[in-house]
Amino acid sequence: MGVGIQVENLNAWYGTTQSLWDINLHIPANHATALIGPSGCGKSTFVRCLNRMHETNPIARAEGVVRMGEIDIYKDASPVEIRRRIGMVFQRPNPFPTMSIYDNVASGLKLNGFRKKRVLDEVVERSLRNAALWDEVKDDLKKKSGASLSGGQQQRLCIARALAVDPEVLLMDEPASALDPVSTAKIEDLIFKLKSQYTIVIVTHNMQQAARVAENTGFFLTGKLVEFAPTTKIFTNPSDKRTEDYITGRFG
Amino acid sequence: MGTLPIRSAGMESALKLRRNAMNHMVTALAVIATAVVLVPLVAILGYLLYKGFSSLNLAFFTKMPVPVGETGGGMANAIIGSGVILALASVLGIPVGIGAGVYLAEYGRGRWLATAIQFTADVLNGVPSIVMGIAAYSLIVARQHHFSGLAGGVALAIMMVPTITRTTEEMLTTVPQMVREAALGLGIPKWRTVVSVSLRTAMPGIITGCMLAFARVAGETAPLLFTALGNQFFNLNLNQPMAALPLQIFTYAVSPYDEWHRLAWGGALVLIVMIMVSVTLVRVVTGRGALKGGQH
Repeated sequence: MGVGIQVENLNAWYGTTQSLWDINLHIPANHATALIGPSGCGKSTFVRCLNRMHETNPIARAEGVVRMGEIDIYKDASPVEIRRRIGMVFQRPNPFPTMSIYDNVASGLKLNGFRKKRVLDEVVERSLRNAALWDEVKDDLKKKSGASLSGGQQQRLCIARALAVDPEVLLMDEPASALDPVSTAKIEDLIFKLKSQYTIVIVTHNMQQAARVAENTGFFLTGKLVEFAPTTKIFTNPSDKRTEDYITGRFG
Repeated sequence: MGTLPIRSAGMESALKLRRNAMNHMVTALAVIATAVVLVPLVAILGYLLYKGFSSLNLAFFTKMPVPVGETGGGMANAIIGSGVILALASVLGIPVGIGAGVYLAEYGRGRWLATAIQFTADVLNGVPSIVMGIAAYSLIVARQHHFSGLAGGVALAIMMVPTITRTTEEMLTTVPQMVREAALGLGIPKWRTVVSVSLRTAMPGIITGCMLAFARVAGETAPLLFTALGNQFFNLNLNQPMAALPLQIFTYAVSPYDEWHRLAWGGALVLIVMIMVSVTLVRVVTGRGALKGGQH
């Protein structure tokens, strides 16, 4: 089951440049939350702060409180633990090029020392089914490299890989921006299906996509969260002038 | 993609001809350059085969050297000795080289220690091999008061390290950052990510680097003169002077005897074939189990 995330006064920097300013936000459990905004507005930085990927960049740092359920992710846990519970799907599909399809999906468990073959088989099949990829790859699981799949299949493979470690939250950083419309539709269907079991945060440039998949939407601009509201309200009756300008295409 | 209005049809076709001619010319230049590289290589190998093949027989591989004047005899001691010294050099040099390369690419970015290691590795790469021999001599031989296969292996290992370090580093930097992020994002610890993702992805290139270093030191004579020294007898004891093919070839080649010259040619041929076989073997073994459509 998913779990909600509470963000309080989150600030983030790259070197001396501040890229997030006092973000306060509640992401409800088992819902999809979309983050929109022009390029460079901080939405990717924001999701990377949620699973502490932000700090893999040596010059980056973050301050503030991020709570997942009862846990303060910056105080009560190591980044490795947090990332197991908060999975991530990246903008460009990034399967492990030297691993088979099977090993890609199993990697999160295998590389953490889990070796029971029967359980791994089960997890791989379940994850690939959940990611709607099973039927397309079931005959080549151990024969083909993850990199041999098409872009859309690779991205679903990456989703399966993230699901295999059984996270509670799934962060998706523009998961469909490098894909064709058919693959994009498949990913959106998937998000729709997955949000009953996981809390999903999706960063997107595509406002129709936000409207289609997310209950709540946040609008970021120059490192600040301008407005956060139910998706229908954001798109039909935004309270902030800047949100309105953005969604009606006046800038960005 | 329309034709520019100022160009006539005639101009277009003239341009096309020029482009095609240029294209053919560049292809031809590349072929010529390849030939220039290959000709000496094939010539050397051919000449070695021509001069050396006749002195190869079973005895060459199984018998010890015999005194001048006697016919027959072989280089079994040198072949085995080279094998032992090279194995020792690889066992010592490859882990250290790869380890240093991993530090440079995955941990040391931008630190002064990393810059110092890079500089040292580049300088070491340019140090003449005879100096490496003298270094190993003063480190090991002078202290133990005797020559040994061990000292030879260490000298060659030191020579292997800088090449392996720099190729490992370069190959690791070609692994896309997003592949590392994929692993970290799954909650895989950094050391695991380095071993199972970065190193594994860069492995074909790293193996090439190790093979290059191996092939380079396999033919080295100078560092062995002060260390392994050579041995007319069969010896597997690393604490004793040990024979090696390059040493044996050197000794025989500078001798005044025709029979020894003949054996030197045979030894040179065997040395080259040994290097080629081990490089190919490593390629075959590490290439097994490759996946369909993987590797970019």
